[in-house]
Amino acid sequence: MNASSSRVEAGTGARFAFSLRQKQVVWAWTFLAVPILFYALIRFYPTAEAFYLSVTNWNLLSKPDFIGLSNFERLFADPVFWKVFRNTVLYLAIGTPVSLLLSFTIAYHLDHVRFMHGFIRALYFLPFLTTAAAMAWVWRWFYQPVPIGFFNDVLVGFGLSQQPFLRSTTQALPSVLAPAIWAGLGFQVVIFLAGLRAIPATYYEAARIDGVSDLTILRRITLPLLKPTIIFLVVFSSIGFLRIFDQVYNMTSGDPGGPLNATKPLVLMIYQTAFSSFQMGYAAAQTVVLFIVLLAVSLLQLRLLRDR
Amino acid sequence: MAAIRITPGRTIVWLLLLLGGIAMLTPLLFMFSTSLKDSADVYDLRLIPAAPTLDNYAKVLSDGRFLRWLANSFGIATLVTISNVFFDSLVGYTLAKYRFRGRYVVFLAILSTLMIPTEMLVIPWYVMARNFGWLDTYWGIMFPGMMTAFGTFLMKQFFETIPDDFLEAARVDGLNEFAIFWRVAMPLVTPALSALAIFTFLGNWTAFIWPLIVTTSKELYTLPVGLSSFAVEQAIQWELIMTGAALATLPTLAVFLVLQRYIVRGVVLAGLKG
Amino acid sequence: MRVFRCMLVGLLLSFGAMTAARAQTVEIEYWQYVFEARIKAMDELIKRFQAANPTIKVKHTTFPYADYQTKIAAAMPAGQGPDVVQLFYGWLDNFVAAKFIQPLPHDVFPPAMIEKEFYGIVSAMKRNGEYYGLPTAVRSLGLFYNKNLFKEAGLDPANPPKTLDQFLDAAKKTTKRDASGNLLSEGVTLDFPGQDYHWWREVLLRQMGGAPYSADNRKVTYDSEAGVRALNYYADLQRVHKVGQVGFMDEGQAAFRAGRAAMTIDGTFRLGSFGGIKSFEWGVTELPASADGTRSNFASYWVNAITTRPTGAKLDAAKKFLAYLTSPEAMQVWLDTVGELPARKAVAETPQNLSHPIYAPFLKALAYSQATVFVDESAQRQVSLDMINRVLIQNQDAKASLAEAAKNEQAILDRFYKK
Repeated sequence: MNASSSRVEAGTGARFAFSLRQKQVVWAWTFLAVPILFYALIRFYPTAEAFYLSVTNWNLLSKPDFIGLSNFERLFADPVFWKVFRNTVLYLAIGTPVSLLLSFTIAYHLDHVRFMHGFIRALYFLPFLTTAAAMAWVWRWFYQPVPIGFFNDVLVGFGLSQQPFLRSTTQALPSVLAPAIWAGLGFQVVIFLAGLRAIPATYYEAARIDGVSDLTILRRITLPLLKPTIIFLVVFSSIGFLRIFDQVYNMTSGDPGGPLNATKPLVLMIYQTAFSSFQMGYAAAQTVVLFIVLLAVSLLQLRLLRDR
Repeated sequence: MAAIRITPGRTIVWLLLLLGGIAMLTPLLFMFSTSLKDSADVYDLRLIPAAPTLDNYAKVLSDGRFLRWLANSFGIATLVTISNVFFDSLVGYTLAKYRFRGRYVVFLAILSTLMIPTEMLVIPWYVMARNFGWLDTYWGIMFPGMMTAFGTFLMKQFFETIPDDFLEAARVDGLNEFAIFWRVAMPLVTPALSALAIFTFLGNWTAFIWPLIVTTSKELYTLPVGLSSFAVEQAIQWELIMTGAALATLPTLAVFLVLQRYIVRGVVLAGLKG
Repeated sequence: MRVFRCMLVGLLLSFGAMTAARAQTVEIEYWQYVFEARIKAMDELIKRFQAANPTIKVKHTTFPYADYQTKIAAAMPAGQGPDVVQLFYGWLDNFVAAKFIQPLPHDVFPPAMIEKEFYGIVSAMKRNGEYYGLPTAVRSLGLFYNKNLFKEAGLDPANPPKTLDQFLDAAKKTTKRDASGNLLSEGVTLDFPGQDYHWWREVLLRQMGGAPYSADNRKVTYDSEAGVRALNYYADLQRVHKVGQVGFMDEGQAAFRAGRAAMTIDGTFRLGSFGGIKSFEWGVTELPASADGTRSNFASYWVNAITTRPTGAKLDAAKKFLAYLTSPEAMQVWLDTVGELPARKAVAETPQNLSHPIYAPFLKALAYSQATVFVDESAQRQVSLDMINRVLIQNQDAKASLAEAAKNEQAILDRFYKK
């Protein structure tokens, strides 16, 4: 419609219509000027610099020297890196399914609740608003042994034996993951609720008239219609778990990433390499690996989930 | 929702949901409860303190650091939110409502930045801040987050729903392009703006790793970084740490209770359009 | 009129004098890490120094311990940072290699004077014949014990354990568990990330007949029979005798402060924090000796050094300030405020100090203390942490864990000395 109206005006004065269009283009670029500068300086240039640093041996004090791929060789030969890589994948592999399963179950049942719906929804949502660093300390306290740790007190109260939690090489990672899942549940519940709400009631009514069971409704109608929501949450939460840092840093402050590197994710390794050991080049190489992992996981998930 | 029949099954489900919700709050309840306990009572794990006291709060607030950190977090989060609301809208609007060559390239370029994790940029940002003298300054904390691709796309989606006629009519009325953006388009997307504002504010309020890296003086710490340093410094005096954590959490909880409806709506909007 | 002119002249003169004085004022910057008592002490010292030296102003900046080294490493190459800096003695090699600090000028700090008046452990600050830093105070380890818990267990609070056997006995008697065997109060705290790894490396190891490093500090020598015995002794406290538990109350000193640990091995730097304990009486004694009477202790200290930044007038000011920081007066202030022992023998070994119930055990230990020469303290610390974790959490055999730790630590030493 715009095109035709400007053509009508063109009939009366060709030059006018042309410059009107051009003026808009000028405005558009004016609006974009500062943002483009920002993205170039704050996103693109640093990305290029990170890639550049990853192939140097810079350590903040001397001038960087180009050393090819030896940072990456050193990284892939380091058993600690593989432990860290495994941890990072575990955070994702445990975190995303558990939190999505929980949040969907809660949302599904909450959707059918009318009485105090808003209040109950608020109960699940509140943790999302907390600061990860602050809550990490609360959970750390919970995990202490008897007599000050809440969880162990409960276990012992039921006659079960205490658990080492943060002091165990097998339990530490899930223990650190728990507050992250806990905090993210509310967000996922709310999104699922909105997605469920968007499904027209007519589908359900038609199904009920046909006498279809609840389970079948769930499988054949609800879940397929929720696919965009599920995809969004899967990708969003995966990226969050792969980048976990705040909880690990605060819950393992005496032995960061420990015990024996059991909880160390890639971001903590990057932080220590860059800001404790000052090996910027080596740390940049690790960030490149993180980038590739994030990219691969996101693309993989989008591909797998879309095609089904 | 269609009418619900109240069956025993549904009641049990409701009860479980309620209990689950209360269980979710347990960490918060214990945090507040401990913050009101004397150091001798800390290890007595009752929920209601035997002798509640506000001494811990007095102690923690008395040296002024927490108030300073609160102010820092609030100021920084506010400024970054304002910047995002303005610039993300501006770019989103431009990408949605203008046709020009290179539009798609700009769109893709900004889209691609979504794929770049901030953890990757932390080292170059640190170097940049060091070279420009931004280390240990408020600007140093703020500059990476002044605009985001996520916010830009959120706004673009919403601006696209505005019929072009509205804008054309304004043009005919003689308004310049910026006035059209500011006075015609923006008011039509307020739900999205509030969603963006809420997300940006929350994200900056709880941000940890970048403020941790870029700040040196404890006067400049944001609340999460300050609390973390405070906790480690306190050599595990749990009642004081819990008080600090409570102080860090109270503001957002208070805001939530007041603005609950908008916040939830904002989350929904962001999720559905994302 | 004349009065007015006189006043004007007077005003101008004094104004001129003020600006002249201000123009001569040198400002230097001093950095240390955050520790309440130390900050308080340093503020007092700066106040006194500035009163005695009106043309010098000292700016006092502090950072949390975790970030301290990072901040220095970031600031110095950027041309910022302190003129006089406090650093942990274990970081000396890194700082010298990075050219952050300069050798102490001989005019104010002649090596002969240092060697005569300061404790021998200060020699760890010598590189190629030059001293790079001087401490105001030194710290050693002591055995803190809870007198109330001792009394409850039937032990004499005026007679704390003197040998390792007595120590183990006291620990067993004071350990309390509930009906299901859960620890309620431990006999001794087990906290490698605290001071225990020093106790193992410089005390237990030597008492079992071993040594942690070779004489030139370049080779790891603790993977020996003595090392195995020392590591097993420590691990058995939890594994066999069950008198303590790693992670109980999260940190050893938290357990002691809460009255749930009868004994803890910690340093003088804990005196300030323990001084606030009101719920029970506590005492300190020297670390237990081995059966054949061998005693050892680990001494550590933070030194003050002059960075490579100041020149000219600032360098002079820095030298004056450092001289004051290591003066007897400053050491006395530090002792009173922070509780750390004076680094000068004369100031430390006064009759008053030697009979002091709290300071005496720490002071006596200085005579037989070692200060480990670290090349990368945090990395070497992590090696020790991992070593004990492998033994206690993964049930690895002590000998194997020692071998692995020795290998890792030797790699750290090699990487440093080959540079």
